[in-house]
Amino acid sequence: MFQQAPEISLERISLAFAGKPLFHELNLRLAGGQTTCILGPSGCGKSTLLKLIAGVSPLHFSGDITFSSGLEQHPVAWMGQNDLLLPWLSLLDNVLLGPRLRRERTPEQDEKARELIQQAGLSGYESALPGTLSGGMRQRAALLRTLMEGRQILLMDEPFSALDALTRVRLQNLSAELTRGATVILVTHDPMEALRLGHRIIVLAGTPIAVVEELIPDTPPPREAGTTLLNTHYAHLLSLLMQGAPQ
Amino acid sequence: MNHLRGVILCCGLLVCWQVLVLITGVPPYILPGPLPVAWALVSHFSILAGHLGTTFAEILLGLSLGTLLGTSTALSMIISPLLKRWMLPILVISQAIPVFALAPVLVLWFGYGMASKVAMAVLIIYFPVTASFYGGMQRTEPELLELARIMGAGRLEILRTIVIPSALPGFASGLRVATAVAPIGAVVGEWVGSSAGLGYYMLHANARMQIDSMFAALALLAAVSLLLYFCIDRLLDKLIYWQPNQGTSL
Repeated sequence: MFQQAPEISLERISLAFAGKPLFHELNLRLAGGQTTCILGPSGCGKSTLLKLIAGVSPLHFSGDITFSSGLEQHPVAWMGQNDLLLPWLSLLDNVLLGPRLRRERTPEQDEKARELIQQAGLSGYESALPGTLSGGMRQRAALLRTLMEGRQILLMDEPFSALDALTRVRLQNLSAELTRGATVILVTHDPMEALRLGHRIIVLAGTPIAVVEELIPDTPPPREAGTTLLNTHYAHLLSLLMQGAPQ
Repeated sequence: MNHLRGVILCCGLLVCWQVLVLITGVPPYILPGPLPVAWALVSHFSILAGHLGTTFAEILLGLSLGTLLGTSTALSMIISPLLKRWMLPILVISQAIPVFALAPVLVLWFGYGMASKVAMAVLIIYFPVTASFYGGMQRTEPELLELARIMGAGRLEILRTIVIPSALPGFASGLRVATAVAPIGAVVGEWVGSSAGLGYYMLHANARMQIDSMFAALALLAAVSLLLYFCIDRLLDKLIYWQPNQGTSL
């Protein structure tokens, strides 16, 4: 589905917010075709980092963000904490929001959207309005909307944090399956989510923010929670987050 | 159940009215009972119907034009920040001047015909429609706009697909208020200067001490206003199908 998804390099990124330096000369390399989980305490600037990559941050920054594709601003797809489904559109129309907004909707895309809906176990709900769906179904629809963009770079800002534990695990698995091969940057404050989904886990902490740990688990994601190795990593990551979190 | 409740409410009001007249012994030239009013309504129906047609046309035209003007202003303000800076003070000033005080001026400018009454109705509903629609559009979730921009949407498409539908529930509240107050504009305009309409008929009947006829006109005006309100209410419920009126109560 995703071929030659590009690598993203952030070099010497500096940014101040409300007079305080948020990033200072931050360097990051986000591997192409892999899921990089960015872990950090709330309010440390993880979402700002995603917006910088997406090119929609209103804040002024210095430094370079480059894509191995050579494009100055590589197109991205975005998935946030809130599902952001339009309540007046059906589930199918919500999944096809991007093409609709760009006036590019075609019957082929409708067909692809229906296939994705089936894959996500939402068949039969194509005409349903978001208000009639459960939180998990809505977030699944949001994931499909992100995938329908067909972008090689997916930026996910705590996409599963508002879900209950069971729905979260199911959606994480679905996400890992459907985003395989894409360059996924997943921001989270949940170490277990990062450990389950990330090819690579980057822990950010401090003011200004800095990389305090980079972890590359041996096995490919999605990983089963509860294994000894994951629990060991979990304890380590949690202690790093606690050290880096504001008191 | 709703229809039955309406009938019970009407009957209850009529009974209260009759009891009040009987208990207080107030003379019929001050407050006639419901029966003489009903008789006046039936006996003068053809005349009343003609005046009702005029007033109803004024209300409907005023409501349509006011809604068109209000929504256009709100859209212009959301599209152009420069226009917003110019329009906002004018909007506020338009509310600071009592609209009723402008009625004689409007009659002077637009004459004794329908135009001055329509203008009055337009003036009275312009602010609630504009303010509610503009406020609704301004309250569009910033995250939704950000998502649309990431998706590569143009301004027009964002406005059409996201901003306007987001504003519809707020706009509906404004339009409901406008529907309730539009008849006031039309009738006040008729009072100041006209040769037709229920307001004109009421003044005419009052001058001739035909208080039962005056009340008949008043009852007709109330009934038509209520009917119009419920029609608009139903229409808005259909338009905003994703947010049905659930009649929330605490």
